[in-house]
Amino acid sequence: MSDTTTNWSRSDDAMIERSIRGGASRRDLLKLMLVNGMAMAAASTVLGRASQAVAATPVKGGALKAAGWSSSTADTLDPAKASLSTDYVRCCSFYNRLTFLDQAGVPQMELAESIESSDAQTWTIKLKKGVTFHNGKDLTSDDVIYSLKRHLDKATGSKVAAIAVQMTGFKAVDKNTVEITLASPNADLPTILSMHHFMIVADGTTDFSSGNGTGAFKCKQFEPGVRSIGVRNPNYFKGGPNVDSFEFFAIQDENARINALLSGDIHLAAAINPRSVRLFDGVNGFALSKTTSGNYTDLNIRMDMAPGNNRDFVEGMKYLVNREQIVKSALRGFGVVGNDQPVSPANFYHNAALKPKAFDPEKAKFHFQKAGVLGQPIEVITSDAANSAIDMAVIVQATAAQIGMKLDVKRVPSDGYWSNYWLKAPIHFGNVNPRPTPDILFSLLYKSDAPWNESRYTSEKFDKMLAEARASLDQAKRREIYNEMQIMVSEEAGTIIPAYISNVDAVTEKLKGLEPNPLGGMMGYAFAEYVWLAT
Amino acid sequence: MRRQISSLVMRRLLIALITLLIVSIAVFSATALLPGDTATILLGQSATPEAVEGLRKAMHLNDPAIIRFLKWIAGIFQGDFGTSYANNVPIANLIHGRLANTMKLAGLTAAIAVPFALTLGITAAMWRGTLYDRIVTVATIGIISVPEFMIATLAVLLFAVYLKWLPALSFTNETKSFYDLMRTYAMPVMTLTFGVSAQMIRMTRAAVVETLNTPYVEMALLKGASRPRMVLRHALPNALGPIVNAVALSLSYLLGGVIIVETIFNYPGIAKLMVDAVSTRDLPLIQTCAMIFCLGYLALITAADIVAVLSNPRLR
Repeated sequence: MSDTTTNWSRSDDAMIERSIRGGASRRDLLKLMLVNGMAMAAASTVLGRASQAVAATPVKGGALKAAGWSSSTADTLDPAKASLSTDYVRCCSFYNRLTFLDQAGVPQMELAESIESSDAQTWTIKLKKGVTFHNGKDLTSDDVIYSLKRHLDKATGSKVAAIAVQMTGFKAVDKNTVEITLASPNADLPTILSMHHFMIVADGTTDFSSGNGTGAFKCKQFEPGVRSIGVRNPNYFKGGPNVDSFEFFAIQDENARINALLSGDIHLAAAINPRSVRLFDGVNGFALSKTTSGNYTDLNIRMDMAPGNNRDFVEGMKYLVNREQIVKSALRGFGVVGNDQPVSPANFYHNAALKPKAFDPEKAKFHFQKAGVLGQPIEVITSDAANSAIDMAVIVQATAAQIGMKLDVKRVPSDGYWSNYWLKAPIHFGNVNPRPTPDILFSLLYKSDAPWNESRYTSEKFDKMLAEARASLDQAKRREIYNEMQIMVSEEAGTIIPAYISNVDAVTEKLKGLEPNPLGGMMGYAFAEYVWLAT
Repeated sequence: MRRQISSLVMRRLLIALITLLIVSIAVFSATALLPGDTATILLGQSATPEAVEGLRKAMHLNDPAIIRFLKWIAGIFQGDFGTSYANNVPIANLIHGRLANTMKLAGLTAAIAVPFALTLGITAAMWRGTLYDRIVTVATIGIISVPEFMIATLAVLLFAVYLKWLPALSFTNETKSFYDLMRTYAMPVMTLTFGVSAQMIRMTRAAVVETLNTPYVEMALLKGASRPRMVLRHALPNALGPIVNAVALSLSYLLGGVIIVETIFNYPGIAKLMVDAVSTRDLPLIQTCAMIFCLGYLALITAADIVAVLSNPRLR
């Protein structure tokens, strides 16, 4: 979890120095560091405190323009189908969820007034009163039930159908109270409901192109693959947003995205490649906002086939991966060293005591010798499809060569990578997007019968612990179990997670109020309703 | 004579129609060969075998290829281009706005590039061997050799990032006045003009120079025609065939080949639509885009051929 200064560029030094000479107060400096979101962004709680300290008075007005990185004719305003950051950003501006995650990864109420349960199986959700949809309709329990039930219908094509399937009973107790029954107890329901797909739509909606939600912006224009424009919702129940309008589109070409920001055409350019960060060196008026949520690229060794079925080979590989170097070179400092388990430091249940395996080529050599694979060519599949996987593969290959281990790095095209190589090749790279709870991560990736069990990890004990933690409402006990499970995955599974990758958004200094969020970049994609434009 | 011309034109049109049919078969089979199954890609990483099978059935992907082809062709003849796989919108709706954008950009570029290129090409031929000719030749070769993305990126860096005169992005429906229009289109049109004019200038110059070397132009010179009259009245009509062809080839590029310019200026045109369609395996959209490109290309080439026939003094 060490966050080296490699991500602190000369321009940042210059900025701080300038400010001090200009008589900046401590508060100004904090603010400055905050918009940079750098160096300390990994510890999101620190930033959280800092941001409250500098919660300067927002300014009303202005037309906010931001650009993401991916967009196509498949863009949708149907929250159930949302699959890209672009969709998330739009859904966040037009709709609301029952809950959302704060900077520390703890669920907070949004449309819900309270979510309670005594047994983690039957949940009572009380809704806030006086919330209206853009078309004037009041928010009622029917809307909530309709929005959640949609995910169970195969025809909806929901991206979270597998998670929603545990909701088996829906009951409208009264106009503002919903009761949800789960197939089996799950204490994570409030966190699950903060996922972007569980946005609340109006009862009976089948055409989502008008974006009729309860959100901060009303949809004025939406053209898939081109752009969306939202205007301020004067009846917004949270009493915002600060800006008058919000325009969002994608500029796929990264250079074009940066140039658009530099020329002042947009206020925020999302997902800047670490390679390009230097473009902002020596340019005034811009800041970088770094978020380390749970995204990671991992090296997967299948333990059900050669050479991964030999325990010593897996052990050796774990010692062979130079995590510090991967963060420094492959990620240019925009990452946090990982410890071979999927629960990132941004997560509430992250086990900070679990240290990453030290880089030790000699120990690796010892294990490889024991496994009898030294000198044998071993194929490693890598691709651009997984972020930075090619750079990582090259780094591992170079260290392997030093101890006489021959890794054949085979680079394959990204097109079709996920269906042809991922989960299939004996040694390959994968990429996993952030998920809000350890339960979802473990169920999806490490449970014995998990659909994406990347290294074919099986453990009865692990499966039992997973079920136990899920059903428990006792937070301290859950943390204990999850800590243990993180250690198990780190030591026993064949997935090497060298680092959690940071997302870097570039913004003009006029854009204020942007804070990191564990759900992802751009303030968990919900920045539009919180930020303001300084004049 | 007139009968001969009309039969030539008719034959040319017939050939164009047959080409279009062959192209449609090629487009259909090429899209069928794309790796990856549409249903699988639509469902993404979460595809289960049952879901894929259900979706394949719903989209008639299990029908034999020939049936799907005939259905598709029949649909096109009725003006029905099908429905997009990616978001269930009729293809016509998706293409409508994008095609208009592309035509706007292509039209503006053509309106500037063609007169510009012809003037430079003809004058360079007229004063062949002079310093002016050399400058034009060197400049065009220089511009041909510089790739478009380079010109576009440099233009953005210079005019948008450093000088801040022009916007870095080109949005089409935000232009309220003629001034706005000029500002948003300035850089894309400039980039494209550089790219297409260079070819046209070279071809025009070569064609005119060639006709200037013929005996009848020498005859015109001997009978005392002025230099402009010699070039414009005697040489140009005979050089028009190859020139129009060069113009048509350059313009057809503007229809589907401007993906780089569309990407750099984030301009919502039809080339980017097709690239999107390929990445989402939206077969009906790919096919329709490909057909539109072919149609545009054929129309331009056929028009060029017909103009060449009509302008040929020997056939008049």
